[in-house]
Parts: sequence; structure tokens; C-alpha cells
Amino acid sequence: MNIAFAVIVLGVLGALFGLVLAVASKVFEVKKDPREEAILSHLAGANCGGCGYPGCAGCAAAILAGNAPVTACAPAGAENAAAIAEIMGMSAPTGERQVAFVRCNGGTNAVKRFEYVGVKDCISATKVAAGPLECDFGCLGFGSCVAACQFGAMSIGPNGAAVVDPEKCTACMACAKACPRHLITSVPASKKVHVACANLNKGKAAMSVCSSSCIGCGLCQKECKKDAIHVENGVAVIDYDKCVGCKLCTKVCPRDAILPIATAEEKEKYKAIKKAQAEKAAAAKKAAEEAAASSAQ
Amino acid sequence: MDQITNLLAITLGAVLANNFIFSQFLGICPFLGVSKKVDTAVGMGIAVTFVMGLASAITWLVNTFILVPLDLVYMQTVAFILVIASLVQFIEMFLQKSMPTLYTALGVYLPLITTNCAVLGVALLNIQNNYNFIESVVYGITGGLGFLLAIVLFASIRERLVFADYPKNWDGFPIALVTAGLMALAFMGFSGLKIW
Repeated sequence: MNIAFAVIVLGVLGALFGLVLAVASKVFEVKKDPREEAILSHLAGANCGGCGYPGCAGCAAAILAGNAPVTACAPAGAENAAAIAEIMGMSAPTGERQVAFVRCNGGTNAVKRFEYVGVKDCISATKVAAGPLECDFGCLGFGSCVAACQFGAMSIGPNGAAVVDPEKCTACMACAKACPRHLITSVPASKKVHVACANLNKGKAAMSVCSSSCIGCGLCQKECKKDAIHVENGVAVIDYDKCVGCKLCTKVCPRDAILPIATAEEKEKYKAIKKAQAEKAAAAKKAAEEAAASSAQ
Repeated sequence: MDQITNLLAITLGAVLANNFIFSQFLGICPFLGVSKKVDTAVGMGIAVTFVMGLASAITWLVNTFILVPLDLVYMQTVAFILVIASLVQFIEMFLQKSMPTLYTALGVYLPLITTNCAVLGVALLNIQNNYNFIESVVYGITGGLGFLLAIVLFASIRERLVFADYPKNWDGFPIALVTAGLMALAFMGFSGLKIW
């Protein structure tokens, strides 16, 4: 009897609260745009914050409000961006997948100014006498970008500079924001040739601080058949719209600052080919001159 | 005058001497869970204060006017959980409609409070201590303020732990628990407090 009584009282109490909640949900109903849910389902869902909005829900709301482009979520990729564009009634955007790239291959090649023993964090390191490297543009290798990456795509490479795993990278660019030296940029995923140096100094000033620095000599610019690499402000910059990935620049770079670094063998081979070509051209020229001379006689 | 002294004693007790976190060890889970940043800790603390005050009032009413007359005091815990869960739901809906800014500020912490045992704790302690309605509400709100104080202090220490030099294998929760233990010891100093 007692049990039945308790069950009834609590049951009534529960039903009462349930009723109040049911009424409240109607009274306090907030109309939500169903498109927001739809957009949210096409975002990456990692809440990485790479878009600059608080979480994926914030990004979805911003896209719906027109404050963010449909491509705001880089990790979700082009496919999902197209789906979002469809939800928003826009035409699908074009553009290929981007990945992050660290513009420094120095690491242990760079000359150390002093031995830094403080907190293992790049920002902290740069606060001590402008950083432990002689190169003001080099990767410090304390891994602030590695810590910032939610996708496990960043690591400190064998030579002490950060590297990106393009397979895992989603171009959220959280690493770029974490890097105090602004070394990380986004590059098209399909392109394989990159200048791995950001040193704006020229000649000796760049040469003395690191063994793999771009010194702005311009050999790559001369060698490029597609006009795709130029020395700008003392550092070589690749125009990815023109680059075809022939790797000629990597073979002539005296500083090994262009990735993928050509081996000594490849360089020798290319030198030999060039030499042979030059000889052939000289011979042809000589022959043409002789022919011209004999016809004049 | 007696009434005011009494309320002051309850307040001091709830905030310092009998702090919900540090001397009663209630509500430890949100205390450890959302104390990584001061901003979120403040949000959580305010939300808890809000709910604890309201829950104290409503559970006292439920207990006095429903459970006691019907001789069902042994069902307290179940009834109170029912009250708190529906209350949090209701507040969430209410805030979303009428105070969207506060709703977004509290964010995910509001529904999380349902599982905060400090809220159920305050409701049960009110009954145990034979508090009247006003005392219950004051105890609820000040208990929440004690939680706010504890979580904000703890979050600010945790933010600075980044620069502390402790063994690597203590990273994360171990060092947080050590910190919480030391803070609880510090709060024990308040237990000698007397105001009359």
C-alpha cells in the first residue's frame, strides 16, 4: 500500500513537471533555421576553431548568416563546401585542396646564438633576446605548431624544423596562428616543389646564419622555363599557378633551400647535361659561322 | 538581529568554512572538468550559483508541502533529482527564449549542472539542517558562490601550472588533483572561523 502511494505521488509529481516542461517548450520555443542543422552536418565536426568561430555550430550559424564563406571549413574539404553551397542556394566553389607548409628547412642547420633552456614553447623562446637562432626567420623547433594541430599532421622533422604531413593536413591553419615567426603558409596540395626558407636577407647576411638559407642569388629564377619562381624581397617565391613541378630550380639551388632537395648526383647529372647542351650549342654556332664564312667566299 | 547573524553565519560557512568543494567534496566533477580556463570557470560558477539558489527554494517547497505531509520523506532523493532535472531543463528553455545572451554565455554548462551533486547536496543539507525557506535560499546561493570562488581560484592556478616545473608524468589530472588537495588544506584554515 505504502509503495503504491509513493509511486503515485512521485508519478504525479513527475507528470506535473513533464507537463510544465511540455508547455514551456511550446511557450519558449525558439525558431531555428533547419538549414543550420544541415550545414552543421557537412562541417568537419572537430571543433578545431580553424575557421575563427567558436566550434562547428558557431561556424554553421555564421555561414547561414552570410558572415562566413561556404568554404569556411577547410577540414571538411571541397565536397562538403559544395554541399553547403547547395543548401545555401549558391553555386559550388572551385579550388583545389590546400595544405600547410613550413617555410623553413633550417633547424639544426641554423647557427645558434645561445643555448635556450626556458619553457619549451616557440613564443616563449622568441621573447628571450629575439630567439636562440642567429636566423631571425628560422623555425625554432619547440613545436608550438605541433601542439596546435588537432589532426596530428605536424611534427618536428629529423633536422629540428617542423614539417607537415600533407596526407593528414586539413589546412585549418591553426599551426600558422601558433607560429610566432609566421613561417607556415597554405599551398596547393598537388604542388610538390616549395621554397623552404623565409629569410629576407640577401647574400652573406643570409649565408652566415644557416647552411640551407635562401640567399636571393636568383639562379632558380634564371633556370625556370615557366617563369614560375622569382626572388622577391630577398627570398625565392614560387608562383603555384605557373609551376609545373619540373624541379629544375632544386637542381641549381646552391643552398638546398628548395624542396625536394636534389641529391649531389642529380645535380652533377644536370650540370653535365647542361654542359653538353652548351657545347653542342657552341659547336652548332661555330658550324653556322663557318658555313656563313664559306658561303661569303 | 538574530536572524541576520544567523544568515551571516550560513553565508560564511557556505563560502569559506564549509565550502562545497574543499570541505564537503561535492561537485568535484565539474570542478575538475571545466577549470582549464578562467572564462569558462566563471561561466560554470555563475550557472551553478543560479541553479543552486533556485533548486534550494523549490526543493524546500516540495519537501515541506508535499513530502512531509504525505509522509514520503524517504523518497527525498528521488523527488529532488526529479525537481533539479526538470528545473535545469526549464531554465534552459526560459533563458534561450528571453535572455539569449546569457544562454550563449552559459552554453553547455547549463545542462551539465543536472549532474552536479553539489546541487542535490544543497537540497538535502537544507532539510538535514532544518533550515527555513529564507535560510535555505541563502544557503543555496552562498553555497553556489563558494563553488564559484573555488572554481575560479582553481582555474587561475591551473592556467599558471603551464609554467610550473613538475615531473612530466604528473601532467594533466594528477597535478590538478594535487593542486586541489593543497587548496582544500588551505581552506581548512577557515574552519576555526567564529563570528559570534
